[in-house]
Amino acid sequence: MIVGRREVWTGRLFLVLLMTVTVVPFISLFVTALHPAGSYPQGLQWPSDPQWGNFAEAFRLSNMGELLKSSALIVVGVVPVAVVLATMAGFAIGHLRMVGARAVFLLFVFGLTLPYEGIITPLYYLVRDMGMLNTRWAIILPLIGLFMPFAIFWMRAHFINVPDELSEAAEIDGANVWQLFWRIHVPLAMPAISSLAILLFLWTWNQFLLAIVLVDDPTSRTMAGALGAFQGQWGTNIPLLCAGSLLILAPTLIIFLIFQRRFVAALLQGSVKG
Amino acid sequence: MARAIPGRAIGMAKTATAAKTNGRAVRRPRHRSRQKAAWLFTAPALVAYAVFVLYPMGLTMQYSLYDWDGVGPSTWVGLDNYAQVFTDPELLDTILHAFELILYFCAVPVVLGLAIANTIRGIATTRLALAARTVLFVPQVIPLVAAGITWSWLLASDDLVNQVLSAVGLGGVTRAWLGDFGTALPAVGVIGAWVLLGLCTLLLLAGMSKIDPTLYEAARIDGAGPLREFFSITVPSLRQEIGVCVTVTVIAALASFDIIYISTQGGPGNSTMVPGLQIYRLAFFSREVGLASALAVVLMVLVLACVLPIQRLTREAR
Repeated sequence: MIVGRREVWTGRLFLVLLMTVTVVPFISLFVTALHPAGSYPQGLQWPSDPQWGNFAEAFRLSNMGELLKSSALIVVGVVPVAVVLATMAGFAIGHLRMVGARAVFLLFVFGLTLPYEGIITPLYYLVRDMGMLNTRWAIILPLIGLFMPFAIFWMRAHFINVPDELSEAAEIDGANVWQLFWRIHVPLAMPAISSLAILLFLWTWNQFLLAIVLVDDPTSRTMAGALGAFQGQWGTNIPLLCAGSLLILAPTLIIFLIFQRRFVAALLQGSVKG
Repeated sequence: MARAIPGRAIGMAKTATAAKTNGRAVRRPRHRSRQKAAWLFTAPALVAYAVFVLYPMGLTMQYSLYDWDGVGPSTWVGLDNYAQVFTDPELLDTILHAFELILYFCAVPVVLGLAIANTIRGIATTRLALAARTVLFVPQVIPLVAAGITWSWLLASDDLVNQVLSAVGLGGVTRAWLGDFGTALPAVGVIGAWVLLGLCTLLLLAGMSKIDPTLYEAARIDGAGPLREFFSITVPSLRQEIGVCVTVTVIAALASFDIIYISTQGGPGNSTMVPGLQIYRLAFFSREVGLASALAVVLMVLVLACVLPIQRLTREAR
């Protein structure tokens, strides 16, 4: 590719600028969190006496241990179940292609653009009548249903490209459909399955609307829901709020940094793979 | 919510290809046992989807025809709730706000993303570009609530945004951006643009990497400038990726909730109220379940009405 020197340098400048705009809000959050609790700091100012204790204080006040446990429980309740259900359905629709597979698939596709606000009201009454209001089940069970359209879409896209010969060979060797699925197709689908799991983990962890509507106790919510409650309670104590926000978003950030390649790949793959 | 959306909408773009593959596939003889097994494999997912998505969707439509406070008896009112959604200026405004947000959530990230991705195309393999891939994605992985908290702080009256403005000689325009009737909605839009810019940039970059480099060489030899090259080669080749970006961001704008709930609660006055937040308020605070449901149905229809044409446009390109 023929690219002039000047273009290269403007490119670098643009990139640095963009990265700065992305990062500065976090730096500001961090610097503000180090100011004395209850003060009203201005802009990016390194405090004369950094209050590292704010983080410990926010950890205690936000009940961080409980929050982590609660979010982890919700993720454990949602992600494996949603992934297994979607993999099985995606396998049936994309590979076994039963009569009516197309109709079933279209039914799921119909849910792809659904805004959660569209069904949050009846979901509240439904969950209440099931006696699950204010329990983690109120978030777990609806989320499994809400993730189905995308998850099945994703898994079907994988299974539609798996050659039939693979199943035929296994069937000649005497495998039934159940063995065919678990022994042959699930191991081969692992890359698609793990990308899906990453996405579902992220969306569960960050789920806000279901958490604030269906669960009153912040310590039984997702991380995002808990952060909303923390803001409501400590919104006027800016340094503490910033320290708390950083603590609450730290887990996703850390997991993202560890698995960043997979994260970026998963999010981009979903769109570009086509 | 935006996170949930990229994926969900992105999925749609794949339909076209998947359907094509399906059509080409050689049909094998169907075994009865396979049929039964396939339905058993699909059943659990269908049940979860029917109970927690389809059934509530039906209930929303049913509620929307009644006047109900959520506790006592309900009264049949036919389409009155819909009439109110379209005539009450306060409710109609929420819909208009959502459309104005498209400008910030969609137009800004896509246009800026295109410009940035195009500029860095030439240095895509440097260490700087690789670091950028990580950094730019961060707003996509943190909860929107955290983005809302961070930016409401940055946009406050004595904070960073205003300090930067003063520093570059624009001290006259500084204000409490989120508290000002005229600037609150654009300020909320900036937060959305910040969240979505990284995703759009990387998506477009990924698309650009698939363009045949000889096209550019030919264009340069023919004497095309960078601008001509951008509009004649880059943009047309990225039709599909642009379609995905637009779909994702339009849904994020129309169904916005988290950012606004945290940063402005719909205020000042009603100036940043959007359908998502209004539904939440009507249903759980004003106890007007029927009206909330009518607005919810309108929102679902609006999202579909905006997304389907975009999907069609990108599909034709293949």
